[in-house]
Amino acid sequence: MSAFIVAVAPALPLHTAGKYVAGAYVVFLALVLVYVAIMASRLARTERELTELRRDVESRRQVDADREREPVA
Amino acid sequence: MYGRGLRGLAIATVLTITAAFALVFFYAPLDADQGFVQKIFYVHVPLAITALCGFVFGGLLGGLYLRTGDRKWDIRSYVAIHMALIFGVGTLITGGIWAKASWGHWWVWSDPTLTSFLIVMLLFATYQPLRFSIEDPERQSRYASVFAVVAGAFVPLNFIAVRAAQGYVHPRVLTLTGGNLPGSMRLTFLISLVGMALLYVTLWKYEMAAKATRMQVRALRRTLLGEDSVAPLKRSAAPS
Repeated sequence: MSAFIVAVAPALPLHTAGKYVAGAYVVFLALVLVYVAIMASRLARTERELTELRRDVESRRQVDADREREPVA
Repeated sequence: MYGRGLRGLAIATVLTITAAFALVFFYAPLDADQGFVQKIFYVHVPLAITALCGFVFGGLLGGLYLRTGDRKWDIRSYVAIHMALIFGVGTLITGGIWAKASWGHWWVWSDPTLTSFLIVMLLFATYQPLRFSIEDPERQSRYASVFAVVAGAFVPLNFIAVRAAQGYVHPRVLTLTGGNLPGSMRLTFLISLVGMALLYVTLWKYEMAAKATRMQVRALRRTLLGEDSVAPLKRSAAPS
């Protein structure tokens, strides 16, 4: 079976082989791009969390400062 | 910590892969037997080698977790296997395209190289479901590390078994005695392999940096605003 496959598989002409070679390299590039895009979306989520954290810390600091300024009855 | 040197590594990766692809199409000669289709070799084989090395790397890191109990090794092992799986998917797709162009079939079950690679991929494809099925983080890390070590050890054994097999249609161009790649093809292949290995290391570091940053943000939130301010993590295959 294996020997038969090799025997009946001569080199393809350039115009036929080109689409297969292009396909293989496009698959590789697409894989990397999809991965980088997914990682970019995760990075954006982390940035959002960091912004939220900064806002929460600021508001808490504001509350603490207001409490210190309140006159003691 | 993981982000250190990432920019330089990313630049080196882009330069090496660009150089490799330029060599593939403008320097390496056409193969006498397969013609232009053989150009797929320079992306398919480095992807396969990097994926298999990635699985072994994940196993070694899993072993370090079992030895030290430090969760950073489990995270590293998880990311290493995750990256190797992505490279493995690339290998299977580019291999299928090459097989179709060269042999007229997308897949040849009688070839041990193809079938053994699929077995390795299916084996490691169970890594994430295994993790997901265990709720307790410590047990999850321990069981996943044991799996990573055993499956990682299976990879070289599998490779040796395939090499020892006789009936294959996959050409053997890389051997310990030098193989049968001419100099220009060998140089192009080696640069492609270095590029692919650099890509693996860059993406591994990139994902590690992203995970470490996310964990630091959660830890900071917990420290500054208290335990209640952090939403409980959903059940996940990823270490946290």
